[in-house]
Amino acid sequence: MSTKSYQAGVKEYRDKYWTPDYVPLDTDLLACFKVTGQPGVPREEVAAAVAAESSTGTWSTVWSELLTDLEYYKGRAYRIEDVPGDSESFYAFVAYPLDLFEEGSVVNVLTSLVGNVFGFKALKHLRLEDIRFPIAYIKTCGGPPAGIQVERDRLNKYGRPMLGATIKPKLGLSAKNYGRAVYECLRGGLDLTKDDENVNSQPFMRWRDRFEFVAEAINKAQQETGERKGHYLNVTASTPEEMYKRAEFAKEVGCPIIMHDFLTGGFTANTGLANWCRNNGMLLHIHRAMHAVIDRHPKHGIHFRVLAKCLRLSGGDHLHTGTVVGKLEGDRNSTLGFVDQLRESFVPEDRSRGVFFDQDWGSMPGVFAVASGGIHVWHMPALVTIFGDDSVLQFGGGTQGHPWGNAAGAAANRVALEASVKARNEGREIEKEARDILTDAARTSPELAIAMETWKEIKFEFETVDKLDVG
Amino acid sequence: MAQTNTTGDYQTTQTLETFGFLPKMDASEIQAQVAYIIANGWSPAIEHEHPSNAFDHYWTMWKLPFFGETDIGTVLAELEACHRTYPDHHVRLLGYDSYTQSQGSAFVVFEAR
Repeated sequence: MSTKSYQAGVKEYRDKYWTPDYVPLDTDLLACFKVTGQPGVPREEVAAAVAAESSTGTWSTVWSELLTDLEYYKGRAYRIEDVPGDSESFYAFVAYPLDLFEEGSVVNVLTSLVGNVFGFKALKHLRLEDIRFPIAYIKTCGGPPAGIQVERDRLNKYGRPMLGATIKPKLGLSAKNYGRAVYECLRGGLDLTKDDENVNSQPFMRWRDRFEFVAEAINKAQQETGERKGHYLNVTASTPEEMYKRAEFAKEVGCPIIMHDFLTGGFTANTGLANWCRNNGMLLHIHRAMHAVIDRHPKHGIHFRVLAKCLRLSGGDHLHTGTVVGKLEGDRNSTLGFVDQLRESFVPEDRSRGVFFDQDWGSMPGVFAVASGGIHVWHMPALVTIFGDDSVLQFGGGTQGHPWGNAAGAAANRVALEASVKARNEGREIEKEARDILTDAARTSPELAIAMETWKEIKFEFETVDKLDVG
Repeated sequence: MAQTNTTGDYQTTQTLETFGFLPKMDASEIQAQVAYIIANGWSPAIEHEHPSNAFDHYWTMWKLPFFGETDIGTVLAELEACHRTYPDHHVRLLGYDSYTQSQGSAFVVFEAR
């Protein structure tokens, strides 16, 4: 017995989609948007429009709405909050019923939440700040192929961050010379090396040649050091078919880990590759080219914490998070906020870290946080403090720029890392005592002494563009 | 002054993972690492292996992990005992973390003679 009737025309969004009395369900997917409306439009109307346009609504009433129960399917704007220190924008909280989304598909979630609504004319800017994925949804996603605990066991790395480096120059080396650079880094004490994201299969170095020489470099370094080593072979390619072909060959040559660029490659490719890795016992390193296009503007786009959450669901064992201290953008508290989302099984709401919701990850494996870009030995104590053990610290220039070459540069970093971890375990405040700790360690390591001399003046002190919202 | 053109010859060595690049620890330094394991609520455990098999995931356990052990001296004595019994083996100390099902710490305390 329906009491509704069809009336054509344009209605105010808030009549249907602004529901301040709504109490979100545990199964709802919740989103927090930072909204900047056009002047003169009431906040409730803008918030309701965001909820409508990212769920069931369209600009006009349509008769076929009455064939379904939109009360069940609609998204609801249920709360509005001021943005501290910003009178122009506000936070809109929206609850979406679970059934709006296909199981195990961050692709589907993003297509809804950051689809057409971002081009909506009533909005000046729109930014997706956070998503609370209900545990019921998380259970439908594959997640990291291995996770932190399994990777540690496979690679035999315990009680410290892992050390890596991106092989330089980024482009132009032949496969054999490239493998040489890898071998030198690994024999010197790095655990892992990485293809630059730009390295796919260019004319100067085709992927198959690279994979073969790198495999020899890994094996030789393992035999000589007695430690387990790896190199992220980048399998990002123009088509999924080509990507899988390269992944298969990486497995065939015995490399433990491959790499993918999840934003330029796309979530569909990423989720498929993560599934392949899980089925084939391979680890998956994730690069994030293009993220700053999406996440850097404080009022528009998607915050990286959302992209990080989506990656954990789509699948990856490592994800780049910035360094806080290096050459690339990154606020410390905000970074710690999304590093937690990668690694913990439960993350409580914490506005001081930009975390808008409690997030229960259940049994989803954790992802190593990767700090890479413009870091060197002097940063080591700070990096160990900020990122803790479940991280990969990657020193590209900071390894290969050493006056003695890659192996000595790698050894310098390894000594600095182990001295920092040892001092931390002894209860020392390693960020404050950085100079003493490193100077002491350099007494028995000429490689570290030279590295400290080489990079003593390099700092990257610029204001962060995307700051947390504080009054 | 002209920059020196002599670069060092970095020689690859068997480094046996965590703390393999630091000088051999003295007794008080080892004690501090044992204290760290215990303070974290992890279970200390000792393993040993002949260098020819050191790359294997599994080393031979020295007794069972010392579940619930809070006395640093006991752990140090067990390390010594293991080292005396297998002087030609590497001896490593682990801290089993039952929450993460991983090892919060693991390093070689005595290298094989």
